[in-house]
Amino acid sequence: MSEVLDREVLDKGYAVPGALVSTQWVADHLKDTNVRIIESNEDPLLYPSGHIPGSVHVDWTNDLNHPVKRDYITRESFENLMSRIGVTAETTVVFYGDKNNWWATYAFWVFQLFDHTRAKVMDGGRLKWQKEGRPLVREVPQYQQTRYHAPERQDAKNRAFRDDVMEQIRKEGRLVDVRSREEYTGERLHMEGYPNEGALRGGHIPGAANVPWSRAANPENGTFRPASELRDIYLKEQGLNAHDPVISYCRIGERSSHTWFVLKYLLGFDDVRNYDGSWTEWGNLVNVPIEK
Amino acid sequence: MGQPGQRSDREIGAMSELPEKLESLLATMQSITDQNERVQMLLDFADRFREVPGRVAERPFPEQNRVAFCESEAYVWAEEQPGGTAKFHFAVENPSGVSAKALAYILDRTLSGAPFEQVMRVSPDIVSTIFRQNISMGKGMGLMAMVRTVQQLASQIMRRKG
Repeated sequence: MSEVLDREVLDKGYAVPGALVSTQWVADHLKDTNVRIIESNEDPLLYPSGHIPGSVHVDWTNDLNHPVKRDYITRESFENLMSRIGVTAETTVVFYGDKNNWWATYAFWVFQLFDHTRAKVMDGGRLKWQKEGRPLVREVPQYQQTRYHAPERQDAKNRAFRDDVMEQIRKEGRLVDVRSREEYTGERLHMEGYPNEGALRGGHIPGAANVPWSRAANPENGTFRPASELRDIYLKEQGLNAHDPVISYCRIGERSSHTWFVLKYLLGFDDVRNYDGSWTEWGNLVNVPIEK
Repeated sequence: MGQPGQRSDREIGAMSELPEKLESLLATMQSITDQNERVQMLLDFADRFREVPGRVAERPFPEQNRVAFCESEAYVWAEEQPGGTAKFHFAVENPSGVSAKALAYILDRTLSGAPFEQVMRVSPDIVSTIFRQNISMGKGMGLMAMVRTVQQLASQIMRRKG
């Protein structure tokens, strides 16, 4: 993480304050050559319609997902991506996006699979930037390509697979289902406003607590709630312990990357993994346990 | 999450007797191979989008006009016109719904004024032709629902007219 901390973020009392920056911090670093601002959204037309000056676009479908199988990009593809957006090992990348930073935290999470730890998220994402009347431009910046050497992707620390989830169930470990109440109970297979697609069975993984991701965000500006409020939700109310292993999941892993970020960086949990297979895998698996 | 597939030329050909303007636009979109050019064209469409006029509907928009499963909070209205056609109006409440605005512009431009029989022949899969693989399944299905809502409104008018 960059050593430069942000007073606005520090005041919110997070465990790893360097993982988050304010919109003002970003505005102050637009011309900082050691910083690369990265926008990631669900709608691929959003970045070209207007973005933070100097920011680059990382598309979750085309840039982060494997082109054929359900997996993430390889080391070589990650190196090519970093080279294309002009990032070196010393560059601090700052993610922001729509939907309360769902896709920003998702991209941040993928970057951690390649151990690019000089990474931050802009608190509030596009929503807060726009609400503050800050500039958006259509000019796409061109950066000189870099030579970026990434390690092989290391999934174990931050990513859970279905066998890890089975083991977590066996050990009666903690799972956090961040979907809506209706998805958790099996009433719906997708969040409100989306079509019911993607799974044959509804419900949740046995033993999972239901803490919708949105509880960690302020709806009016998309910022994360301060640490004291997050502790009330995840520690006091749900009884999670920062030293116990936790696995978060949703439908495809994007909403749960938001909660993964909250638990790992804002509350300082030691061992949090995001199960990106999530309900579109679990709800289609044969003979796995499901609760309603 | 998968992506809606790209339509083949054969499939496009199978959509004969589509509204003429739509057929022309799909052929144009099909011919564009440069991704940046496609994005700029779609952005241009989104920029040209004009919201439903106040004489047709005002906020709060009625739920019955809301497109189901569209997280861009799109609404559609059909204003009956002489000769078995309609003028379609749209609203997109989510400020991040750029793709929904682009599609709304396209549907208005190509289906307003077209015979209802032709409107009913339009496959929601045109979303794949227009946006290609660059859209998530969830968003793609929301956009397809916009096409279906236009058809439902056209169908309602047709039934009313007997």
